[in-house]
Amino acid sequence: MPKQTFILNGKPVTVNVNDDVRVLWVLRDLLGVTGPKYGCGINVCKACTSHINGKAFNPCSVKVGDLKKKDRVTTIEGLPDTVGKKLHPMQQAWIDRDVPQCGYCQPGQIMAAVATVKKVRREGRQLRESDLDEIRNICRCGTYARIREAVEEGARNMR
Amino acid sequence: MSIAETATDAGNMHNPSSAAGSGGSGLGRRSFLGYVIGGTTLVAAAELAAPARSEAVIPSLPQVPELYDLEDLQTDAALPTSALISVTINSDGTASFAIPRAEVGQGITTSTAMILADELDLPVSKVKVTLAPARPELMFNQLTGGSNTTVSTYTPIRVAAAIARNALLDAAAIELGYAVARLRTYEGLVEAPDGTTIGYGELAQKAASPDTKQVEVALKEAKDRKVVGRPHNRDDALAAVTGQKDFSMDLDVKGALPTMVCRAPTLNGTPRRLKNRKKIKRMPGVKDVVKVDTGIAVRARTFGQCIDAIREMKVVWNKGSAEGESDQTILAGLRRAELPMVVPNVPILAEQIDADFAFAFRSSAALEPNCAIADVREDSAEIWAGLKVPILAQQNIAQAVGLRQDQVKVNVITSGGSFGHKLFSDAAIEAAKISQKMKKPVRLMWHRADEPRQGRLHPMCTSRVRATMLGNEVLSFEQRNTSVVTDFSHGLGEIITSTIDEAPTDVGKALGGLGFSETIFTLTQELPYNFGAVTQLLNETDDRFNTGSMRNIYSPDTAVASELVIDMMAKKMKMDPLEFRLKFIKDDRTRACLEKVAKEGNWGRRMPAHRAQGIAVHKEYKGATAVLVEIDTRPSTVNRKIRNAVTGPRVTKVVMAVDAGLVINPRGLEAQMQGGFMDGLALTLTSSCHLRNGKFLEASWDNYFYTRQWNVPRKIDVHIMDPGVDQPGGAGEAGVPASAAAVACAYARAVGKVPTAFPINHGEISFKPKTFVPPVPKSPTNGLKFTY
Ligand code: FES
Ligand code: FES
Repeated sequence: MPKQTFILNGKPVTVNVNDDVRVLWVLRDLLGVTGPKYGCGINVCKACTSHINGKAFNPCSVKVGDLKKKDRVTTIEGLPDTVGKKLHPMQQAWIDRDVPQCGYCQPGQIMAAVATVKKVRREGRQLRESDLDEIRNICRCGTYARIREAVEEGARNMR
Repeated sequence: MSIAETATDAGNMHNPSSAAGSGGSGLGRRSFLGYVIGGTTLVAAAELAAPARSEAVIPSLPQVPELYDLEDLQTDAALPTSALISVTINSDGTASFAIPRAEVGQGITTSTAMILADELDLPVSKVKVTLAPARPELMFNQLTGGSNTTVSTYTPIRVAAAIARNALLDAAAIELGYAVARLRTYEGLVEAPDGTTIGYGELAQKAASPDTKQVEVALKEAKDRKVVGRPHNRDDALAAVTGQKDFSMDLDVKGALPTMVCRAPTLNGTPRRLKNRKKIKRMPGVKDVVKVDTGIAVRARTFGQCIDAIREMKVVWNKGSAEGESDQTILAGLRRAELPMVVPNVPILAEQIDADFAFAFRSSAALEPNCAIADVREDSAEIWAGLKVPILAQQNIAQAVGLRQDQVKVNVITSGGSFGHKLFSDAAIEAAKISQKMKKPVRLMWHRADEPRQGRLHPMCTSRVRATMLGNEVLSFEQRNTSVVTDFSHGLGEIITSTIDEAPTDVGKALGGLGFSETIFTLTQELPYNFGAVTQLLNETDDRFNTGSMRNIYSPDTAVASELVIDMMAKKMKMDPLEFRLKFIKDDRTRACLEKVAKEGNWGRRMPAHRAQGIAVHKEYKGATAVLVEIDTRPSTVNRKIRNAVTGPRVTKVVMAVDAGLVINPRGLEAQMQGGFMDGLALTLTSSCHLRNGKFLEASWDNYFYTRQWNVPRKIDVHIMDPGVDQPGGAGEAGVPASAAAVACAYARAVGKVPTAFPINHGEISFKPKTFVPPVPKSPTNGLKFTY
């Protein structure tokens, strides 16, 4: 079986598994990293949202064989380390605003929020309501209103 | 009866008020009975029984829920139960309590910790609330539903806590050498007048009793509460935002490999045989393949490999339960079953409104799909799943795998949402059967596509209303719902049969002879208006579908229909919708909610073309809700483009007022109302399932249009009313009906036409249905193209 190597939450990992297995299952079923959740498997619910090289991606829709050795995959578990703190400011904002209900979508929501803020910064502009409108992550508990508040608060505290 | 109200003056027992230094004689306060349980550390217990109901003033023609509603019924169901719930004080100074309910996102572990903390005088952080496993001795007292958790557990929990606190005080009195009355408790400490303190942890063993004894206790008064009623963040928020909160599929159960089921193309089709078993068995990662009654199960190293295997399976299927049927044929069946109205002739000068609405099937699936871990052995079984009725699950699983109930251990795991879906134990039973056949532990998860296609749905129904008016009075209001059968086999049915005898006589009479569904309909529906002769009835037909309740049972559809008709009546009488409602509303608590949203939401402000306000109320769950919305239906808004999104009309502003009786955690209540709004919005505008030729077309979130950020109002205010009562109401479902109705009313006013079918976009299918054979879509591989 082929060896798959990439960097996961700051550390290189190697797994023996076929190329075509999607990254979500490598993370969850083989590596026991369960922060990214399954909600659809076809890149629509966004519950599995994680980062690759600092940008948001959905591991349910990427073959592990398409990851390169140097690719840095970050899941919710590794997010705090990216800022060298116990909690990323976005996670803190989520706690301050008491966002989670069942919590199932929230790791994905937070990873999407961080990427959205970074994206608008790259574009050299402020976060707009329309950016929040386009966050695709589903929350079946309907925490959308608090998510909007928390993204804005988290953005203010992100360097 | 257990936590009996006694006539005794609590003063000759411990008087917690004076011991707490908060004054008050204790005279006339009700006292309750409970127990100190024999053991090595302090355990205090109470029976999980009903607090006394407050007597309502009964109007001339009360509907059943005014006398006795579903909340009462669920609460009374506790009475014959002799089992106890207990609070343990640990030697590290913490208190632990296992609540016999399920946490599915509604925040009950947090609110329960708050209630305990208040009564114990312990910081909330030191109260550990866990979910109790199936406890058969609790009978039907272990069902999480009907927004009933706090309604039924509030008093028993406090009794147990108060007993624990008294026992700690007794022990401290000996240690500190002062009478109990001179001690005070705070933050988990007992303090003597000289300032010496001793911690609960240190007292836990000293306060333990060698044998179980019955004691009497009075509860804290409202003015002495420090925690209940103040906003509190959730106890599991940190775990949730760091990915540490474990759901069933995150548990590490040895050998429980990923397992999925290949399901039939048509609803409830069953497998005859798998034609290419050898090939499937040889696929990468595949370990086991077995046939069960619901399909062909495959167990593999990863879920991805289960999906690949399902896509390769060649299965011969038996027919489904609704072969050839479509929305139209089912609707026609409902029409045939509709009950006649009773007011056939209108008085000569009276006016009559007849209205008729249809509501499509909707999926109650949570974001976490149906799932369960099962390890079934020869003589025992263990299950891990999010279950709201674990006792029934335990019985059903035992039966399914041929074990005795006591051989099945059922662990209740926090769920990724429920909305009624997890009242049933479909996945747990299926997992048990598969594990038994494979002789291995399995981690069963439904594919998302399985949920709308084979999972439980809110039934299709119609609601007809006939109202008659004479001058400025309403003479009658009749509502007739006709619905595809709702499955109540999750235990509420049993609660009813065992409890109905205890209902007040008139209620018993009114309910006698009705089936489960009709009974629940009658227990929950209450039109809070003085409309003369009011009748609301349900009739059911067609039991071929997998159904259940969905963050309410009948209320959202009923409310949409009745509130739309109320707007029509107001129009006929040339009255403003708010003015009309205020004229006819029955009770002060509902009226107060309505007035609140009207004021805060600036009701009646001028709205430009294609935009409008809508207002609606709902009364249930020992409380009331009012919602005001503003909607924008301009073509430029309706047709706004977002990639792969159904946009449509946009609600731009929401103002909600909720009276949920005594509020334990206002922050949690606000969250439940906001979430309830998102559900109501989806029910009215976007979310439904289409039945075509025996199959439901929807297969994922890109077909089933639950509310998304692009539909979310940018402003949503929740006002929490204080009705000054000491009885908590329900919160989980309370936000939905008035929200759905207010959006419908606003939409009708904005477009100048009352819709007759919901959700309003059900008429068009705006997606290409995914494959039925294989039953699950291929996982994409182009994810790296969409990074951002
Ligand atoms: S599971 Fe990856 S987007 Fe839904
Ligand atoms: S918090 Fe439950 S799905 Fe978002």
